[in-house]
Amino acid sequence: MAHDAHDHHHKESFITKYIFTQDHKMIGKQYLVTAIIMGGIGIALSALFRLKLGWPDDKFPLLESILGSDAAPDGLLDSNWYLGLVTLHGTIMVFFVLTGGLSGTFSNLLIPLQIGARDMASGLLNMIAYWLFFISSALMAASLFIETGPAMAGWTVYPPLSVLEEFQPGSGLGMTLWLSSMAVFIASSLIGGINYIVTILNLRTKGMTMTRLPLTIWAFFITAILGVLSFPVLLSCAVLLLMDRGFGTSFYMSDIVTSSGALDATGGSPILYEHLFWFLGHPEVYIILLPALGITSEVISTMSRKPIFGYRAMIGSMLAIGFLSFIVWGHHMFMTGMNPFLGGVFTFTTLLIAIPSAVKVFNYITTIWKGNVIMTPAMLFSIGSVSTFISGGITGIILADSALDISQHDTYFVVGHFHIVMGMTAILAMFAGVYHWFPKLYGKMMNLRMGMVHFWFTIVCGYGVFIPMHFLGEGGMPRRYYENTNFPMFDHFLDLNVLISIFATIGVVSQVIFFFNFIYSSFKGPKASQNPWNANSLEWTTPVEHIHGNWHGELPVVYRWPYDYSKPGKENDFVPQNVPLDADEEEH
Amino acid sequence: MGQHSENISKSKLWGGGGSPFRISYGKQWMWMFLVSDALTFGSLLTAYGFARHSADSWPIGEETFNAMPFLGNGYPLLYVALMTFILIVSSVTMVLAVEAGHRKDKKGVAKWLLLTVVGGVFFVSSQAWEWYHFIHGTHYGSVLTAEGWAVVEYLNGGKDLILKFGKGVIVDGATAQSLFDGATATMQGANLIENEYAPEVPQYANFFFFITGFHGFHVFSGVVFNLIVYINVVRGVYDERGHFEMVEKVGLYWHFVDLVWVFVFTFFYLV
Repeated sequence: MAHDAHDHHHKESFITKYIFTQDHKMIGKQYLVTAIIMGGIGIALSALFRLKLGWPDDKFPLLESILGSDAAPDGLLDSNWYLGLVTLHGTIMVFFVLTGGLSGTFSNLLIPLQIGARDMASGLLNMIAYWLFFISSALMAASLFIETGPAMAGWTVYPPLSVLEEFQPGSGLGMTLWLSSMAVFIASSLIGGINYIVTILNLRTKGMTMTRLPLTIWAFFITAILGVLSFPVLLSCAVLLLMDRGFGTSFYMSDIVTSSGALDATGGSPILYEHLFWFLGHPEVYIILLPALGITSEVISTMSRKPIFGYRAMIGSMLAIGFLSFIVWGHHMFMTGMNPFLGGVFTFTTLLIAIPSAVKVFNYITTIWKGNVIMTPAMLFSIGSVSTFISGGITGIILADSALDISQHDTYFVVGHFHIVMGMTAILAMFAGVYHWFPKLYGKMMNLRMGMVHFWFTIVCGYGVFIPMHFLGEGGMPRRYYENTNFPMFDHFLDLNVLISIFATIGVVSQVIFFFNFIYSSFKGPKASQNPWNANSLEWTTPVEHIHGNWHGELPVVYRWPYDYSKPGKENDFVPQNVPLDADEEEH
Repeated sequence: MGQHSENISKSKLWGGGGSPFRISYGKQWMWMFLVSDALTFGSLLTAYGFARHSADSWPIGEETFNAMPFLGNGYPLLYVALMTFILIVSSVTMVLAVEAGHRKDKKGVAKWLLLTVVGGVFFVSSQAWEWYHFIHGTHYGSVLTAEGWAVVEYLNGGKDLILKFGKGVIVDGATAQSLFDGATATMQGANLIENEYAPEVPQYANFFFFITGFHGFHVFSGVVFNLIVYINVVRGVYDERGHFEMVEKVGLYWHFVDLVWVFVFTFFYLV
């Protein structure tokens, strides 16, 4: 049905071209812009609560003017609102920027272009997926503006904290908005994900076998499968929570005693919630990471002018990571009274993930090794992404151990770990993707010098924020605490917290460089050529101006893999995928 | 721009070699959706297992569900067996509808699809009756005695009182009578907060309502889809299209819903 619209093409109105569009390229841009706005909100929130952590007793009139006098009376951040900001920062960054934004933007832009398809399998459902994403973003952002504040139970919204309003003001309307937003988000992810899978399987052009797919496509493919398998579980989990909140059931609630006596509920288990949540929650980490690793593979190979090292090993390791991600969720729950034997099992499966991850890292390094490296901003961000993947992954080995985790659990060590390995790796790769495919997105070039300045601010501030957190965690400082001034043992960490807050503020403010570069270049940037990076994959064979259906005339036919860089005996150091093999030429 | 976009038509969208699964993207879509839906039900049933495992006691299906319409109590699992049978038969009629579709036999498709809809409607209404009965409760309900909550039952034609406590403790005779006489509260039927079948385990009714309700909603949606396709069949939409693939797609959904019911039936009624 969706394709009937293409049959009789007519002049498009503003609404069908920019708003209710079914064209995958425009939908990709819609995702990107939404994610950039949500990302701006998300990092701004982190800067606000870092003020409290760095200077616990200082008053910031700025806070009162931004958040209002309920949230920050006299410029001192309210404790509930502190938790609200932390919760929304986590939720927005994890789901709206790094899941919806990263997969949504690049899957939509690149899947049809790189596999040689006219559009997604179903343009209509693709459009619906974006608009559900938009609605869920709007709902989540709206929860910042209600009187009782947004959800305040952390991004994992564990019950019982998230169930009853008497526990936290944010468990009222804020939590309802959070859950509604997530339900819509899950629907969007499922529709989008199924569309990606079906498109990759069914709409590849002639000659585009699965082993000639760029690694980006493999990454999006496995990501979409992970999403289709794990988001339904979050859906069940969230709906049962809604029942507990609104209809008096006791799925997660037991007879907890509050100031007004024991609750009516009996026998429910919050641990059940944790199991269901983390069964999504851990694959979610790889839903965020895999697209990032796919983007870096493509950028690093192109910018090193070398074939990606170990193409099949890269695919195999992504498949292995995808599989393992479903049997490791218990490592988030070592402290829930889990049977120590089971803890050992989860430790083992978690440590296994280090193997495919290491395979990927070594492949990146050996790809760059002795390459003709061209330092574009995209390449810098990709190398930065590999760097954070290593430095964050190493601390993951510590946390994976159920015995070592006892002292690290719920400390700043965990915060430092996951921000580096998941947050920074993914956001750096997302920036790499934007810089690399900006010519494809807007037909313009971004300013390279500003991109490099942006990179150095981002990576230095990122490490400056998260490396010290490991020391805080080793010292025992718990995460999510509103203030630590009541604990004399943490006094000597105050300077470190000031340092982190300074880095965080600079890091957040420096993103203005990116916003400016993005907006300026999309209007006034120099016009891009068709293949500015001399890359091989099919998206660079499409015209610079976006057209409906991507290619004039027939679809390109693919004869080779996308990594024929610096192939011996070739005139150029790149051979696009649609160039036929020479008579005596062997395929890579 | 216009002239090139004319190239994109349904027949030309797929410009590649052989489709890897030799099925249309629409059917693949349905399969992927069913995979995700299977995970939703899977996690709900896993949660059910978790709750049942950690509860002290859990009522047995044939004691709770022993009523037949018009006949009263004493027919354990008979009605639900009938419901299940009808639902499975409706899967058979769906297969016949799909088969008739392959032969492009419009009348056959319409006939078998209508029978499938009838089976689905019977199942959903039976579930409504089952819920009504579950909510309404048995004649005697449960009582709160000095020893805790107990389910009341009379054996031998209403003569001998027995009290069933959690953890499988059963009290009869004079002890039962004295505990019964000293009861301080009674409970009848079931809702989301409490239920007489397992007075101390609200999760029993919680999961029953939620999972059978969620499944019932799936069956209801399936009936609606089948009806829409039936109307299209009768109006000749698929004759014009040249194939009856839509019947196959709703058929996949229908078989899936049946399959889920087999699990729900097993976990709530049989074990």
